[in-house]
Amino acid sequence: MYDYKAGKQDWMGAGLPTEGTNAQRPRLVDVLRRDVPTCSLDERLGDVRDRAVAAGWDACVVVSQGRVVLGLLRAKELDADPDLLAEQVMRPGPSTYRPFVSVHEMQRTMTERNMESSPVTTSDGKLVGLVRRQDIGAPG
Amino acid sequence: MVQEVDREGVRRLMQQGAQIIDVLPAQEYGEDHLPGAVNLPIRKIETEARRVLDPGRPIVVYCADSA
Repeated sequence: MYDYKAGKQDWMGAGLPTEGTNAQRPRLVDVLRRDVPTCSLDERLGDVRDRAVAAGWDACVVVSQGRVVLGLLRAKELDADPDLLAEQVMRPGPSTYRPFVSVHEMQRTMTERNMESSPVTTSDGKLVGLVRRQDIGAPG
Repeated sequence: MVQEVDREGVRRLMQQGAQIIDVLPAQEYGEDHLPGAVNLPIRKIETEARRVLDPGRPIVVYCADSA
């Protein structure tokens, strides 16, 4: 016999599929963008911006070597002095959400808090992707 | 003997045909459960386990989290 001690929250936090009535409702795992650019704390901002723009993005997530989210660079931060480091400009410790959060709930949160985007992470803070307001629409 | 297993271990055991047992209340199970999991709420384990479980296959039990 085996005990999956971390449980259902761990499973869902990793964005793995589930069954049940909630499984039919759209969640962040269904709409997030996994291809969001990432960078490390000590990267030159100009290089990060060039890479993000080349990939068609105006945002970048700052992560550790283990892909734990450390900060967020949105368009305003990416436009700062290109010789600064990501760490000096980023928005540290952004609010993060789990992949199993419903799109409906996220629509409400993003509207109430006037958020453009937010990292989606596992329960141990590792980046899964970025959810953007433009991808989930307004609350119905 | 009960062994702890992580997420990747559960996935491997699933591929090997393990029985996945959700011990949460029926309503929570109905909303979300691991693929293929059977609901056996903890208060019913003693009375229902023999009927529901196949002793010839590995068994994985889980709850909401480690709290």
